[in-house]
Amino acid sequence: MQQILIYCKHGCKTMNTRVRTGAWVLGLLCALVAVALVSATIGPVAIGVGSVADIALAALLDGTTDAPAGHRTIVMSIRLPRIVLGALVGFALASAGTVMQGFFRNPMADPSIVGVSAGAATGAVAAILAPIAFPVALPVAAFVGALLAGFGVYVLASEGGRTPVGTLLLAGVAIQTFLGAVVSFMLVQAGRDLREAIYWLMGHLQHSTWTEAGIVAAVVVPGFLGLLVYARDLNVLLLGEEDAHSLGIEVERTKRLLLGVSSLLTAAAVAVAGVIGFVGLVVPHVMRLLVGPDHRILLPTSALAGAAFLVATDTVARAGTAELPVGIVTAAVGAPFFLYLLRNREVRTP
Amino acid sequence: MTPAIDVADLSVTLGGVSVLDSVSTSVDEGRFVGLVGPNGAGKTTLLRAINGALTPDRGTVRVAGQDIAGLGSRATSRLVATVPQSTASAFDFPVRHVVAMGRTPHVGRLGTRTAADRAAVDEAMARAAVADLADRPVTDVSGGERQRVVLARALAQDTPVLLLDEPTSDLDVNHQVRTLELVADLVDEGRTVVAAIHDLDLAARYCDELRLLYEGEIRAAGPPASVLTDATVEAAFGVRATVTEHPITGSASVTAFGDDGAREGDGRIHVVGGGGAATPLLHRLDAAGFEPSVGAVSADDRDAETARTIGADLVTIPPYAPVDDAARAAVADRLSHADAVVVADVTIAPGNRPVLDAVLDASAPVVVVDGRPLDERNVAGAAGRRLDDRLRDRSVVVADEPRTVVDAVRRVVSSGTDGTPCRDIEADPRP
Repeated sequence: MQQILIYCKHGCKTMNTRVRTGAWVLGLLCALVAVALVSATIGPVAIGVGSVADIALAALLDGTTDAPAGHRTIVMSIRLPRIVLGALVGFALASAGTVMQGFFRNPMADPSIVGVSAGAATGAVAAILAPIAFPVALPVAAFVGALLAGFGVYVLASEGGRTPVGTLLLAGVAIQTFLGAVVSFMLVQAGRDLREAIYWLMGHLQHSTWTEAGIVAAVVVPGFLGLLVYARDLNVLLLGEEDAHSLGIEVERTKRLLLGVSSLLTAAAVAVAGVIGFVGLVVPHVMRLLVGPDHRILLPTSALAGAAFLVATDTVARAGTAELPVGIVTAAVGAPFFLYLLRNREVRTP
Repeated sequence: MTPAIDVADLSVTLGGVSVLDSVSTSVDEGRFVGLVGPNGAGKTTLLRAINGALTPDRGTVRVAGQDIAGLGSRATSRLVATVPQSTASAFDFPVRHVVAMGRTPHVGRLGTRTAADRAAVDEAMARAAVADLADRPVTDVSGGERQRVVLARALAQDTPVLLLDEPTSDLDVNHQVRTLELVADLVDEGRTVVAAIHDLDLAARYCDELRLLYEGEIRAAGPPASVLTDATVEAAFGVRATVTEHPITGSASVTAFGDDGAREGDGRIHVVGGGGAATPLLHRLDAAGFEPSVGAVSADDRDAETARTIGADLVTIPPYAPVDDAARAAVADRLSHADAVVVADVTIAPGNRPVLDAVLDASAPVVVVDGRPLDERNVAGAAGRRLDDRLRDRSVVVADEPRTVVDAVRRVVSSGTDGTPCRDIEADPRP
């Protein structure tokens, strides 16, 4: 195991970063497609992998298919939107988690460390409990709540143009605690809506639509590309802010950008899927173990692995007779695996 | 010519405490300047102001004529590379990658590293002697190795100005010297280096100039020999110190004394020396506040040189000449005014017997240093042995340890012992 890890991490000496990144990305993309295809076959109506691929290709290439219209509706309108949305959410959470762990130089950092998820929860629960029902209100309220909380933490932690990472971390914890109290208070008052609110809080991908997937993609894809452009700066930032400054990084500006964009990704994910724990914490650790700490390769591989992981766990969540919130599955699968890595000293505590 | 670094009227307050107060100094291109001064003097703060890591309250810093405050990080990082005191390395990047990060200022965000970049990285690793660590994770190398990795990173940065904050603090003696020699080479190639260095001897040996910084101000500037003097070191570091010329490197060498050496001694002490036997004692007595005199020693003796350095009263004889009546009288005169006499473990020869005879006749208490065995230093035969016996009988005999000797001197002077034998001090268990 150790040998394989060392080989994966540092690769062949002659292989440059670009080639290694390309190989890993290609491999993980194949894995993601495979997981997605298999996932699309699973459900109350069993559909073969062949016809799923056929239906998807037909839709993609505007061709025709022999598959029954019922199957086409199930795959294209129910399963695939959910799979694509799950992939986007996992992608966003894992990339935001990777950036946060690097940014805070802290192994416990996850996408919601600056209070984004707590803000989303507050917004969502408030929308659920609100007397007037409005179809898009829930994700919008969650998204706005997430951004307000993240921005509030940033403002509280900043002083004189500087935002010390330690202060940010503590302000994030304080805001999360406070918003947690607000959510608990609202739940106590919830009455009939309690079930729906709790269900949202646990994370779910039910009733996903192409529209939702499209909106999330419109935030996640450009945001991710932005983070990727700053991957090298993030590497340098890992040496410490003082060193990063002396190596020519505009530290405060880079920090603002990284924090802002990853909070935006997290907010988009949480707004549609609720609070899904552990993806953003475990996946970056596992990928760092496999490919090393260089964000030029770590960021894209983590993102794709996060996407595949969430699609897989969501499939498990909906495979049973009664559907589970996917957040329960990610945590139930992720935590033991993480503990295994921790006990084997394969996850370092920086 | 524009100085490489020009600091004008720089004041910095950190956490409400004034750290630098109107500091002005400039460093010419191609010079190696050492920043010396006690802990908390503001050395690191000055370096951080020069590389733009902190914004001063007042004053300007110009590097190559450009105001650092107006330059962005990237432009600054092409002018100034910094090796900080300690570097966090939370993630296990391979050493080569960390060194390659030194190229950041020269590579666009989306650009790739060119062959020239790779060559610069390889050369930097070779010069900082970390090439064999290239594939090791930086988290696995030792503190001293990491310090050299960061130096390599700064070399890869390829800037005209290099700032080093305690570059040798974690290094073994071999790498201390190698690192500073590398820095001296860089300076010969035309780079300008400013380094905060704790070790005053190393600073004096390698730097072209020093800046003595304390209480937020530059109190002395110039060549090491002019900056490091007994007085400046005592004022800056609050410790009694003696600056001598290092016998091998010829640069200034600072020896500091602990609190026990504070100027509480008072009195004239005549030291019988010769062949360098009295040199450590003279420094120590001088540092302790006594007023030593020496003699009679050969005019070119190391003890004579030491006496001149510390400004002690000196009785000399021509080289290789025996002690004549004039010299003996001069010594007797010193002895009669002395509050105590110290006899170093000198060679007993017919030539210097008159001095030792004079000591026997003196009324002041005598401290004999029990150093080299008598057999090794007695060339006067049976007469020499008799002389030594008589001397020991009337003296306080102590082990050959400057501190022990000074303590004994202090005791005999304060108790006013007039030659009463007190052999028990010989067994003084203190080191």
